[in-house]
Amino acid sequence: MKKLYFPLKEEKELEKIRVGDEVLINGEILTARDEAHRKLVEIIKIGRKLPVNLKNSLIYYTGPSPTPNGKIVGSIGPTTSKRMDELTIPLLKFGLKATMGKGGRSKEIVKAFKRFKVIYLITFGGCGAYLSQFVKKIELVCFEELGPEAIYKLIVENFPAIVGIDIFGNDFFDKIKV
Amino acid sequence: MKKIYSNEIIERMSEKLIEINYKLPDEIKKYIEDAYFVEKEKYSKKYLKIILENLKYAEKNKIPICQDTGLTIVFVELGGEVNIELGNYKNLVEVISEGVKMGSQKGFLRKSVVDPITRKNTETNTPPIIHFLISEFKEKFKITLISKGFGSENASRIKMLNPTEGKEGIENFIIQTVKESGSLPCPPLFIGVGIGGSFEKSAILSKYALTKIGNENSEYRKWEKKIVEKINKLGIGPGGFGGKITCFDLKIESYPTHIAGLPVAINICCWAHRVGSFEL
Repeated sequence: MKKLYFPLKEEKELEKIRVGDEVLINGEILTARDEAHRKLVEIIKIGRKLPVNLKNSLIYYTGPSPTPNGKIVGSIGPTTSKRMDELTIPLLKFGLKATMGKGGRSKEIVKAFKRFKVIYLITFGGCGAYLSQFVKKIELVCFEELGPEAIYKLIVENFPAIVGIDIFGNDFFDKIKV
Repeated sequence: MKKIYSNEIIERMSEKLIEINYKLPDEIKKYIEDAYFVEKEKYSKKYLKIILENLKYAEKNKIPICQDTGLTIVFVELGGEVNIELGNYKNLVEVISEGVKMGSQKGFLRKSVVDPITRKNTETNTPPIIHFLISEFKEKFKITLISKGFGSENASRIKMLNPTEGKEGIENFIIQTVKESGSLPCPPLFIGVGIGGSFEKSAILSKYALTKIGNENSEYRKWEKKIVEKINKLGIGPGGFGGKITCFDLKIESYPTHIAGLPVAINICCWAHRVGSFEL
């Protein structure tokens, strides 16, 4: 199984990744879902500085459940990626290199990911309890007022995923309509 | 006259809400276990295996199966001779809401309820969606609750069919809805179908039908099974990874309607159908 480390040291690390590969994610990744995306795009529109560094980063579409006493993190599985499609495109020129969530995505995203050399990873929907084992640390980055929808930084170790879209424009869900 | 105290309702609501979020009912889990043996597709089989490990992990470590601990849907079956001792609460709606609030806090459930326009979080997972059903049994007090995830709720559809479209039209609408939602609502799905009544009645029936999953003795059982078979020919499979099982089961509830209409509502639920009930 291939291992990927984020933030990526070099963009070319994604060249060896193909649709259908099973990968293990390591390092520091960011969380963001609907409202956080809306806010980031708003900040970009008015030309202000983003409150988070997206260079070579991975955004995981998730809103974790609260951390129970004595645990590192609550349940932390993926949400439906397709809702983020339109709001993802403005983030690409800031160096975002990977996204992770569940389910298929639009044709526009596949095209944009090919152009900006970005990958999409599918992880296991509804399996937030299981996936919490691979999160070693969670820390607030910004948008605290959004509660579960805030942007968090996660330290992950061997977090499992399947490549859904590669940098060559291949889409896992091509044969099966999204 | 039967007497029930509000604190009893609050405690039981809270316990049940936590229980269903940590552990799926055995009859729901059975569908997943069975599918694991049937499914051959590489990624789908792997997904089903991880789902089963996830269920084990959630139950053992007492954390929610899914981080989307849902919007709480409550069906209250109430007999005519039940007296609720409200104490400091204004009405039964407040009492039930208090149970949801308590369960969400105690169980570390995600706060997922917001104002629809401002998107401001209510911080309590309230208000829940409550449907009251008048029971024919005078002393009945039964609460059935669903923690309804919205990845699948978003895939639900309602349509006013022409009355002449009949059973075939209904089947086509169901197939089309499942096909369009593809990988998005976390298949294999449980599906509730509400047929007839009015626009809003069909939607409530479709949600109620989801509380009937596992019931083999219903009026439409043969038809339900036939539709499940048709859906499973779509090949979407677990997680949309392809395969034989896209739908675990489907239940139909119907109600008389107007000569000019045929309302049909389809309520989609992910494989993690968190449902439970209690009686007092």
